[in-house]
Amino acid sequence: MTLAVTAAEKYVAAAYGIVFLVVLVYVLIIALKLGRLESELDELTGQVRERREAETEQREELPVA
Amino acid sequence: MGFRAKENPLAALAALAGLLVVASIALIFFYVPTDADQGFSQRIFYIHVPVALTAYAFFGWGAWKALRHLWKREPGADLESYVAIHQGVIFGSLTLLTGSLWAKISWGHWWLWSESQLVLFLVLFLFYGAYFMLRYSLEPGPARANICAVYALFGVVLIPISFLAIRLANQLIHPVVFTLQGPQMAGSMFLTFCVSLTAMLTLAATLFHVELAGKRIDSRLRELRELLA
Repeated sequence: MTLAVTAAEKYVAAAYGIVFLVVLVYVLIIALKLGRLESELDELTGQVRERREAETEQREELPVA
Repeated sequence: MGFRAKENPLAALAALAGLLVVASIALIFFYVPTDADQGFSQRIFYIHVPVALTAYAFFGWGAWKALRHLWKREPGADLESYVAIHQGVIFGSLTLLTGSLWAKISWGHWWLWSESQLVLFLVLFLFYGAYFMLRYSLEPGPARANICAVYALFGVVLIPISFLAIRLANQLIHPVVFTLQGPQMAGSMFLTFCVSLTAMLTLAATLFHVELAGKRIDSRLRELRELLA
């Protein structure tokens, strides 16, 4: 059994499909960007942690008067 | 698992957008009657016109924020203007694509250069498309923000011209359903259109806020990186 699809139905499906696809691509781009921001935040957190550890070590090395 | 709308307004807006989109799709395909003149293809109207009006709204919002930047020096207005214009261009491209599909099935042409409404919308779209070329050709800073704000304000003049073009044109192929006498359609069609328009505006507002949040985090991270350097 074949489903008869008229030309009008094809065009309507294409119009709605395009809008859905563009919104989907947009959300995907935003998701990728958020992923990049998250890794950048991890990197900066690591830098701050390393700096703090180095500062603590320096403080421990200082002789107590 | 629930969420409180007051604590997370963006999630609430996204949920509302999702509900409205589902409701509009249900109304378009299961409630609204088929148009006697154009037949099934008239259903493109319920997505094409809301998408176009959303594009106009975001170009207008971008210009408003540009004005706030120049006039009040509102912090973050430049970024909001940029994101609004970005949304406007996305919805503008969707307007051109859906309009082209509707034109092909209704008029037999993908595009008609003789139609002033189509050409003026294309001019508006290209004008705001060039905004990004201008923005990314300049060094970030107050000068770029000012130049971009002036450019965004110039573009807003094209919005009423583009909107009124079909009403001022002598040759009418592009249909006019909203006249001074009110909407020229059945009540069920108008209800479906209103729900679709609200859904599209809510969806666009959600995307706008998500993109804006991403841009703000990006700029704060850059600032943090500079502080740590």
